[in-house]
Amino acid sequence: MTNQQTINIRGGRLMDPLTGRNGRMADIHIAAGQVRAVVDSGNDLPSADIELDATNCIVSPGLVDLHVHLREPGREESETIETGSRAAALGGFTAIVAMPNTEPAQDSRIVVEFVRAQGERAGLCEVVPAGCITLGRAGEALAPYDELRDAGVRLFTDDGNGVQDPLLMRRALEYARDLDVTLAQHCEVSRLTTGAVMHEGSCCGHLGLPGWPAIAEELMVHRDIELVRLTGGRIHFLHLSTQRSVDMVRVAKAEGLAITAEAAPHHFTLSDESLRSFDTVYKVNPPLRTARDIRALKDGLADGTIDAIATDHAPHASYLKEQPLDQAPPGMLGLETALALSLSELRMDVYDVLAALSWKPAKIAGIDDRHGRPIAVGEPANITVFNPSLEWTVDRNSGASKSKNTPYHGRVVSGKVRHTVFNGHGVVIEGVAQL
Amino acid sequence: MKHLRSIEELGVEGIVRILSLSEHMAQVNQRPVPKVPALIGRTVVSLFFEDSTRTRISFETAAKRLSADTMTFSVSTSSVNKGESLRDTIETVSAMGVAAFVVRHKTSGIPWQLSQWTDACIINAGDGWHQHPTQALLDTYTVMSTLGRTPSATCLAGLRIAIVGDVRHSRVARSNVQAFTALGAQVVLVAPRTLLPPGVEDWPVEISSSLDEVIGDVDVLYMLRMQRERMNEALVPHLGEYSQRFGLDERRATLLRDTALVMHPGPMNRGVEMVVDPATLPGNVITRQVANGVSVRMAVLFDVLGGSEVTTGVQT
Repeated sequence: MTNQQTINIRGGRLMDPLTGRNGRMADIHIAAGQVRAVVDSGNDLPSADIELDATNCIVSPGLVDLHVHLREPGREESETIETGSRAAALGGFTAIVAMPNTEPAQDSRIVVEFVRAQGERAGLCEVVPAGCITLGRAGEALAPYDELRDAGVRLFTDDGNGVQDPLLMRRALEYARDLDVTLAQHCEVSRLTTGAVMHEGSCCGHLGLPGWPAIAEELMVHRDIELVRLTGGRIHFLHLSTQRSVDMVRVAKAEGLAITAEAAPHHFTLSDESLRSFDTVYKVNPPLRTARDIRALKDGLADGTIDAIATDHAPHASYLKEQPLDQAPPGMLGLETALALSLSELRMDVYDVLAALSWKPAKIAGIDDRHGRPIAVGEPANITVFNPSLEWTVDRNSGASKSKNTPYHGRVVSGKVRHTVFNGHGVVIEGVAQL
Repeated sequence: MKHLRSIEELGVEGIVRILSLSEHMAQVNQRPVPKVPALIGRTVVSLFFEDSTRTRISFETAAKRLSADTMTFSVSTSSVNKGESLRDTIETVSAMGVAAFVVRHKTSGIPWQLSQWTDACIINAGDGWHQHPTQALLDTYTVMSTLGRTPSATCLAGLRIAIVGDVRHSRVARSNVQAFTALGAQVVLVAPRTLLPPGVEDWPVEISSSLDEVIGDVDVLYMLRMQRERMNEALVPHLGEYSQRFGLDERRATLLRDTALVMHPGPMNRGVEMVVDPATLPGNVITRQVANGVSVRMAVLFDVLGGSEVTTGVQT
């Protein structure tokens, strides 16, 4: 993609790691993929090909999603890298980490390079492939971390599968340490979740569905905290869902262990009670938990125990979701609703929400040289412009994703992305994808 | 569209309505020709994704006695084995003009999913561990009628009913707890902790782990079927130990009150939960449950499909 576009963004409030929580009223000029001028609102800017109005809007570094399933290669009927990238751009994301549970899995240079190239071809955001912790995500042998690191991979995970074998996990943490890469764990002791459909609790007992107990997550969180202590390694916990998990991470971080964590919007906005409808759209892994867990996740985000909001965007074609609950695949869409849900449901300042959706995850993903940057002269132009209080209604039929499995269909949320600038290009203008 | 998916959805009024209708259907069944033209021209399809000969036959008998046309869609011979989705199956069969589906499936929630994709009535004949509402209705009817009571919102008041066994994996237990307690009975679940569902503390029941302590003061002893595959899931050590703690053997049977009813949803595991020959027990109503099943399912079909008094000659 060429970097010929010039763009002015006028009338908005800049908010980035350096402006502080109140931000700054300023206009910006973008050329050749970079921010070239930042001036107080209303002052002169060079002329530009494209003028973007940002009145009543926040202008922030582009959002970064640590947890996205793009389904390509292997499951293109549910999503492609192009359709997923478009959903991401419309959701305000300029970088998304592509989870490695593709077919084949992202455990070799060739697959990782394919995913990255498909992302570049789409040109809507940066697609950052994650590698696997173990070959084929099978939990038996280490993936080639150095080969993958050479191909640009900084985050490694078997997402969807927790690494069950404690010896293998110990070795992975030790080996990864030398290479300065981060392992990300999907915490689930699988012996405790065989056949599970939903959170194990009152609701599951009533509905007669097999339960996924909180302890299955918490045992692995606990184990991995201790392995980090032992090895001096670094771990990122994916989609934490329970109160005890948040509590353990809070204590471990206070001890100074190299631990980060994310939470998904569906885990802090929906509970296991949703399954009373028997609608498979609410089946997700880890499962929707209880009101108490929702409170704990919100508290964890507010006090920084949980670093990042990550969507776990998991598209599934309708025919796959139109199966019995035990056979329907787990997962729900997230890219186009994450910002609005975070702004609507979390009792947090916009600034703190942006920290959790932009610069903190950029650091965890190892892409903070180009995403989550301050909006300043010479910085890469990855920028999101959104109206934080504009209300809109989620409609599963109007999304950019190839799939429709959003659990928020019909919900009124506030906070709408207006423009997204990726690599100096206006990829979303006035809420419309340009590619 | 009217469905019968769970006892909860049916509610107390609905239960009483079905019990009253069942009394009339029982009268029909005592006639020399037990058949009425109530549902003539209506098609009832048994959609059984899980084997169950007795429930299917009971429903089909009920439907035929109301003069409905009946068809069976069973999975072993169907397109479901050729990769057809649940939605495609129900939409295809619905297109043939079906008034009601009687559905059995090994997974909870199927009747709710299916009712999004068809205009036909859905009658739940058992979904996973969740609900089996006609079983609960026929059990309620059996207790009520055996004790000479008449349908009302309090027709089981004052009764103490023990449900014994694998409550965790039992749709019969879930439906029966709801129906029995809705009509005023006091229910005690008797099972090892491993066979009780999560959140059972919130159910309107008492819980005991000792059948010996409970058996002497119940009006109804309801034995659940103990499935052999539970042995593989570390839920109980072995069938022998289960039987020793929770089986109805001759010694325990002597602890029962003379008037206590003994029930089982079938099929019985002789030598496991049922060690004594139930035929020797004065309160054995197990075959009566099966007989009442036909009347109750006639009532359900009639209620759901809106048969009229004129065509049945049945006073409702």
